[in-house]
Parts: sequence; C-alpha cells; structure tokens
Amino acid sequence: MKLTLLAFGIAKDITGSRFSEIELPEGNTVSDLRKMLASRYPVLKELAALRFAVNSEYAQESAILKEGDEVALIPPVSGG
Amino acid sequence: MIDIQLLHEKLDVSHCLEFVSAPGIGGINIFVGTVRNQTKGKRVLRLEFEAYEPMAIAEMEKIGRRAIEQFDVQRLSIHHRVGTLEIGEIPVVIAVGAAHREAAFKACQFAIDTLKETVPIWKKETFEDGEVWVAAHP
Repeated sequence: MKLTLLAFGIAKDITGSRFSEIELPEGNTVSDLRKMLASRYPVLKELAALRFAVNSEYAQESAILKEGDEVALIPPVSGG
Repeated sequence: MIDIQLLHEKLDVSHCLEFVSAPGIGGINIFVGTVRNQTKGKRVLRLEFEAYEPMAIAEMEKIGRRAIEQFDVQRLSIHHRVGTLEIGEIPVVIAVGAAHREAAFKACQFAIDTLKETVPIWKKETFEDGEVWVAAHP
C-alpha cells in the first residue's frame, strides 16, 4: 500500500524531504513504520522523542495504517 | 468562543484582546511569547518557526475547547506565527476572557503549557556559528 509521508523540523533534515511517498506491506502498523524508518535513517533514534500522526491526529504505535494515509513524523515540538 | 489562527505575518496582540472582550467578561489574561536574544548564554540571531499547519490548527482548537470545558472561561484566542522571527518579535499570543480573573489565569497557563507539549510547531535557533532545532535531542 502507498502512503504519504510528511516530515517536519529535524525529521525533515534527516529524511531529506518534507513530502514523500512510501510503500508498505498491507496491515503494517505505526510501529512497523517506525522500525522501517529507523533502519533507513538510524539518526532518527538519537532524537529525544519521535511521535507519529496519522491524518493529522497523534497515533498509537499499534495503529494499523491504510492505503492513502498521510503519516507525519513529529519530532519534539517547540512552539510558543 | 474560540479564535485560533496560524499566521505568516506579524501578530497583533490587540486582535486577541478584542476577541476576548465582551460585556460578560470581568478579567482578561494575555500571554505574549517573545523571541529572546540568547539561549544558555549563547547569542541567538533569529528564530524560524515551522508548522504542520492543519494539525497545528486542530491541536490548538482542542486546547481551546479543553480550556473552556475545564475552567470557567468564556473566550479564548490563540494566534501563532510561522516563518522567520527577529529578536523581540512575537511568535505566540494567548488571550483568555472570563467572568472572574482566577479562571482566566489558570486557563491561560494551561493553554501555553499544553501548546508547548502537543502542537506540531518547531523552532530552529540560528546562532553565529550554526543552527539548532530546539528540543530535538536529549
């Protein structure tokens, strides 16, 4: 299945793009995506935290991803 | 009533103040964040704010709704800026209007503290010798 991947802040610097498309096996979860990204970009593991949002909502590690989802990498936020 | 805005231009504190002003309001609390000229003694030249815009707006709306549910406040305005800000400029304004001041103080503190934890906005500090995404590393 194809997903849209968004990356912001330092996560964008690490992955090299704010917007990309990725292919994942059906039934994969946020946790599976995290593992895949961590092996592709090991420095992601050095971040203080990395949350994921699916379609603009914070997602649990167990959330199952679906074709067409917009998944965002959310490194530690620092607004305000 | 809630007013949430993510803006690419300079923030105007008076817009937030006007939104929370109404005949039933007896106290208004306003928090204004400003860009500081140093971090841990190191001179900061400017800050750059980036947002995941639709989610940032949705998360700020949640904060506004929760503030109104949890505290006895009637009006809340949050304006956050994105883009490049110079020293002294304003990245965030939160105004809360309530019948009585205590709730306005509490809700305002809740709103800025929660914003800093949940709203997907990131700031990058530019120093004389480089740039750092704030809070990215332990």
